Amino acid sequence: MLRAEGLRHSFGAVRALDDVSFTVNPGQTLAVFGPNGAGKTTLLKVLAGLIQPQAGRAHVDGGRRAIGWIGHQPQLYGQLTVIENLRFWASLYDTHPNADLLARLGIQEHANRPVRALSRGLVQRVAIARALVHDPRVLLLDEPFTGLDRTAAEALSRLLGHHAAAGRATVLVTHNVEEGTELATDVAFMRNGRFVHCAPRSGRDPSDIAAEYRSAVA
Amino acid sequence: MRLPDLVRHAWAVARKDLLVEYRSRTAILAAIAFVVLVLIVFNFGRDPTAVSNVDLAPSILWVTFTFAAILALNRAFQLELENQALDGLLLAPIQRSSIYLGKLIANLAFVALIEVIGVPLLALFFNVRILPVMGPLAGVVALATVGFVTVGTLFSAMTVRTRFAELLLPVLLLPFMIPPLIWAVLATGRLFAARPLSEIEGWLKMLAAYDIVFVGIALLLFPATVNE
Repeated sequence: MLRAEGLRHSFGAVRALDDVSFTVNPGQTLAVFGPNGAGKTTLLKVLAGLIQPQAGRAHVDGGRRAIGWIGHQPQLYGQLTVIENLRFWASLYDTHPNADLLARLGIQEHANRPVRALSRGLVQRVAIARALVHDPRVLLLDEPFTGLDRTAAEALSRLLGHHAAAGRATVLVTHNVEEGTELATDVAFMRNGRFVHCAPRSGRDPSDIAAEYRSAVA
Repeated sequence: MRLPDLVRHAWAVARKDLLVEYRSRTAILAAIAFVVLVLIVFNFGRDPTAVSNVDLAPSILWVTFTFAAILALNRAFQLELENQALDGLLLAPIQRSSIYLGKLIANLAFVALIEVIGVPLLALFFNVRILPVMGPLAGVVALATVGFVTVGTLFSAMTVRTRFAELLLPVLLLPFMIPPLIWAVLATGRLFAARPLSEIEGWLKMLAAYDIVFVGIALLLFPATVNE
């Protein structure tokens, strides 16, 4: 469903990706942990086709239409209402916003409010709805839990669980090992643009993974 | 991808931009205030015995429109950088040309509104008769505007990720605006002087050719300008 082969990319002298290869199959969730500057966002941008790698190739079954992206920023227009934003993004995918999606994220009652009037947590929920508006088969998540309150974080975790159960693939990158571990079927640690560890989670609990991460990136 | 998809997605982008501007009204109010201010300053600052209104008005009209349009062009892609919406647009399964076309349509609507307000004000302040030449004048204004907004929208995309975008845009754009502006000033001057339409025919053809060439070039080059 998603395949990266020998990805390499540098920004000047800074090597952001250094021979990164992996495959994510339907139903799998790969959690990539790494410190700031490890190359996580660059990896997602290469997978999404937003950056052309200098070497190697990334392939997503279904191309850009199959990808949903949640990044650092919500990719929303503050002057537009929630529903206007979702209608706009849906129109680019030739679809319409699904009322059920708004209900599941708890933003139905905010549909007619301008995004700029929403709290940071609500904005992040709308950003999640934007990413899911076209029912993507592959989700690329860059620090998706940032800014979410506990309720919203649980709602997102449930959505991601449903997404994986429906046979969709997810790549989640974060610097916080406490986030997303429960959802992961596979775990990778990234340092200086390289995968220093990539393996199935195999029943490891978050504290095991946190300990391994600390020793791997130290 | 079929042509209707290109047009439909372009219209979605343009509609969104116009709705955002309608809600915020920041750039349009700034541009209108600029137009009114410049025309007032020129009106009271000129010596009507030195240069006749008919000779002065075309240059003032186009200088005013040029700098008011740059205000609009500067914000065209700035809007997409806020909250990284540009990444979302580039990720969407649409032709990148449709993003450019949508921005172009929105910028043209924006500049057209400025011109609809600016031309009557110029007629009022400079006592030039525009009603008898309204049709040909609209043609000159439309052709020249399409030309410089086409180039300006492309340069706006090129410069938006640079540190000095607001400075770079006019520096890059103004040399490309010189030909259509000269043709537009000359044609407008002839119209205000009530000269026969045959005198401006050549300039209209030049403006139309400029538009066709640069719309084509911009549609081809735009996808490369937004690659990271």
